[in-house]
Amino acid sequence: MFDSLQAWLSSFMYDWLAVLITLLIQAVVVIMPVMITVAWLTYAERKVIGYMQVRMGPNRVGPGGWLQPIADAVKALTKEVVIPSQSNKYLFIIAPVLAIAPAVAAWAVIPFDANGVVVANINAGVLYVLAVASIGVYGIVISGWASNSKYAFLGALRASAQKISYEIAMGFALVTVLMVADSMNLTDIVNGQKGGIWHWYWIPLLPMFFVYFISGLAETNRAPFDVAEGESEIVAGFHVEYSGMAFAVFFLAEYSMMILISFMTAIMFLGGWLSPFDGIPGLEAVFGWIPGFIWLFAKVAFLLFLFLWFRATFPRYRYDQIMRLGWKVLIPVTIVWVFVVMIMEYVKLGPWFN
Amino acid sequence: MIAFLKHQVKTFGLIELFKGLAVTGKYLFKKKITVRYPEEKTPLSPRFRGHHALRRYENGEERCIACKLCEAVCPANAITIESEEREDGSRRTTQYDIDMFKCIYCGFCEEACPVDAIVETRVFEYEFHERGPHIMTKEKLLAFGDKHEAQIAADRAADAKYR
Repeated sequence: MFDSLQAWLSSFMYDWLAVLITLLIQAVVVIMPVMITVAWLTYAERKVIGYMQVRMGPNRVGPGGWLQPIADAVKALTKEVVIPSQSNKYLFIIAPVLAIAPAVAAWAVIPFDANGVVVANINAGVLYVLAVASIGVYGIVISGWASNSKYAFLGALRASAQKISYEIAMGFALVTVLMVADSMNLTDIVNGQKGGIWHWYWIPLLPMFFVYFISGLAETNRAPFDVAEGESEIVAGFHVEYSGMAFAVFFLAEYSMMILISFMTAIMFLGGWLSPFDGIPGLEAVFGWIPGFIWLFAKVAFLLFLFLWFRATFPRYRYDQIMRLGWKVLIPVTIVWVFVVMIMEYVKLGPWFN
Repeated sequence: MIAFLKHQVKTFGLIELFKGLAVTGKYLFKKKITVRYPEEKTPLSPRFRGHHALRRYENGEERCIACKLCEAVCPANAITIESEEREDGSRRTTQYDIDMFKCIYCGFCEEACPVDAIVETRVFEYEFHERGPHIMTKEKLLAFGDKHEAQIAADRAADAKYR
């Protein structure tokens, strides 16, 4: 799709300009929907948590309150960005950028449908996502350091320690996926799951599916692992000193990471854009007309709902409990399962290994 | 050993977590208790203590006889009363001010009143944006009572058997 656009553009302008314009269009096409989803994800979060607490959530701005994100955005944009006088101003300004840049950069390799609907179909997509997502830690560390506030500093320490710890469990969970799929290309991983719901990797890798999602919760500093912003202890964590749009950028980064984790989970464990009715004689034909990206978005929406559901349900972990869970439970479980997958691979088990 | 295995199964099966999720999942579909305030309102008791009012008898004579019991009982010293003899020889107030900023809406003035003159109504939607209007004078209180007399009388009648 974009190749033909680039070819058409280069027919009447410099090649490098055509490439640049194509890249810009690709970036906008991917990032704008993500940002819009983030906006309404905050609305969904407040609604879902409200409903689970037997109240209504935002219902004043627009019918059912669905214009609330726009009101929030206008508020964030018009507010002053207060820069603390004792802070390191350059780092203070750069930190939100460092937080959001990896969160949007990682979208480059996420495939949305079959036939290469992806900005960059690189063959080390999983590695790219892992690498880029972990750069997000710098935004947090730098914001906590530059704020020159003890709360921000403690929050940054907690958040970064937590992110780095859970990255290991997450990485091991992905290793099992790579072992099953024999590929690091996200499109190939999805294509390896073809053939119906029992061909998806969540069955042979069920514990890894849970480990990955739990690590994802911890990676994004979401409840129940949100000690980084424990209100009762350290006010708001690493972004205490941020206000206005600088704060909103951290918010955008957190939520787009949430969506990214959901996409990764859906792609690697829930068959990406594959229909769950494939291989079921009657239903396959009935649901055959639905395009793949609808299935992908439905799976992602369900996983995002899980994020919100968990936030409404589970109390916050104590900090040492988070570390214990990460290092003493999740990492051993993943290592054991790497060996289990090895055996399954050796005996060529089921529809997954062939 | 059995207990240990049981514990491990419970922990790694995430049993407790799924139980918790079931609870919140059930509440997701429960009827919401939110009252959308300006459009919907909660029912009020006849004993509701809101804006004050001075009442009149049916012939138009004001009830208040300036006994100053309300002024004496008021814990917040919100009431100020001055009285004088009227031409017909009866004692009446010349000044009856309630400072709405001082008032704590305890209802003691209403209970102390021997002639049911000062009452608290169920009107609670009023506000003051500056000093001055917050002093409820005799004229304002009487006018307020005239306006809401039907509701006031109905509330007193509903509550009469408990008094």
